[in-house]
Amino acid sequence: MDRFVFLTLDGLSRGSVYAASALALVLIWRAARIVNFAQGAMAVAAAYVAHSVTSATGSYWLGFLAAVVAGLLLGALVDVAVMRLVDHRSPLNPVIVALGLVLLIQAVLGMVYGNEYRPAETPFRRTALSVGGVAVLSPFDLFVFATIAVVVVGLAWIFTRTAVGLRMRAAAFAPEVSRLLGVNVGGMLTLGWALASGVGALAAMLVVPTELGLHPHAMDLVFVSAFTAAVVGGLDSPPGAVVGGLLVGLLLSYVSGYVGSDLTPLAVLALLLAVLLVRPAGLFAPVAARQV
Amino acid sequence: MSADALLAVHGLVAGYGAAPVLHAIDLSVPPGAIVAVVGANGAGKTTLLRTLSGMLRPAAGRIVLDGEDLRGVPVEQLVRRGLAHVPEGRGVVGELTVDENLRLGGLWRRDRADAARALDEVYQLFEPLARRRRHLGHQLSGGERQMLALGRALVGRPRLLLLDEPSLGLAPLVVAQIMALLRRLRDSTGLTVLLVEQNVRSALSVADQGVVMALGRVVAAAPAARLRDDDDLRHAYLGF
Repeated sequence: MDRFVFLTLDGLSRGSVYAASALALVLIWRAARIVNFAQGAMAVAAAYVAHSVTSATGSYWLGFLAAVVAGLLLGALVDVAVMRLVDHRSPLNPVIVALGLVLLIQAVLGMVYGNEYRPAETPFRRTALSVGGVAVLSPFDLFVFATIAVVVVGLAWIFTRTAVGLRMRAAAFAPEVSRLLGVNVGGMLTLGWALASGVGALAAMLVVPTELGLHPHAMDLVFVSAFTAAVVGGLDSPPGAVVGGLLVGLLLSYVSGYVGSDLTPLAVLALLLAVLLVRPAGLFAPVAARQV
Repeated sequence: MSADALLAVHGLVAGYGAAPVLHAIDLSVPPGAIVAVVGANGAGKTTLLRTLSGMLRPAAGRIVLDGEDLRGVPVEQLVRRGLAHVPEGRGVVGELTVDENLRLGGLWRRDRADAARALDEVYQLFEPLARRRRHLGHQLSGGERQMLALGRALVGRPRLLLLDEPSLGLAPLVVAQIMALLRRLRDSTGLTVLLVEQNVRSALSVADQGVVMALGRVVAAAPAARLRDDDDLRHAYLGF
């Protein structure tokens, strides 16, 4: 029972990171109808920026801030300098370009920082606190939860309560009509990329220290989990991404705890396959309702 | 072609790809008038409106709104010049609520207080919308969608309203209501309307002036009443 509690809490902690990454994927999917396969690599690049800033200044928090800013800028750059120029008539084109970006970013990171694992710092201890003799969450886990909660609530607030959020949603759903109503659709798209990439960078900052450390490929498996979470939730649904992320986190934690950690990559792929076979639109796909 | 027209179009050529759909269109809309562009399917009516609102780049010709040449003005800026386009199929954003759709129409405005006032006025004008504020666009009936699209344009307090087939798919009674509303708005606020319609009867009944298009050309422009009574023209171009 103690073990179950621990695995559940640990799964939710990891799952919240998947949720944030999945949310970032959903943001771009909704805005641009592109699955951003480069998100993991972009997030790692931002984490390397944090590494450099922290090394130079000695401050974790300056590095953390730098990662988020770098993520925002990189997202905007990828939209303006790359994705905007891609012919979107075939949905495969942006996918191929995104995969190309992955190779490019990882190669550049390898050249600049080297292809070895670097230990990633955490602002809080990672040893689990005991409550009544049961190992539960570490201070770092609590930090992860709190950060992701702020991000999720903040995004929900931006999209549902602010004028810029309304513009972004309108631009995504009906670009032509939005332009007629004075919305700068291209600008909203870039903003969407920036936000998503910033969230992705944040997720990398939270997950990389819990794995082997910083490496150009550090987010590869996390990306697979995040992508699975987004698909589980239905690529179009932000709440679905959050629930999907938590579900994937729980599943992987139980598999790793009860079956063996070697099997977690396999488990996540099996889940992805199962969802695509049984319910390809995801568990939270909105009912198709288009005007005639 | 009067010099004080709110909208003046000179020699407009536009189309998709190499072959033009519009051949040298001349058109003039006086302020405070309702002008109906009528014609058969494929006459180029929708293309005309899309070119006027900047969705389509003209190959030649000039579009002048209140003395200002609109060449090179981006689509998203036109609404700030007082031009509102309600597209064919109405352009209600189905995934947004009624309230969000309407607010979207006023987001570009700097005068937030007046945008809020305009929103209230639209809710008063279209009582069914006020009752369905929180409903999503795609949950509305066809008539309600037309009200929403029209109301959303009005939130921006336009000087010139471009309406593409407002009667499309609507019951005759609803069409009559919308046409009557256009007249009322014109009389009370001085709104200028350029209306494109296949429903020739109802369009010419509400309009002050009629423009008949056929195969991308203007073949007649005259007071609406005269077009209504011109049997030869009706038979030749309008099919009734």
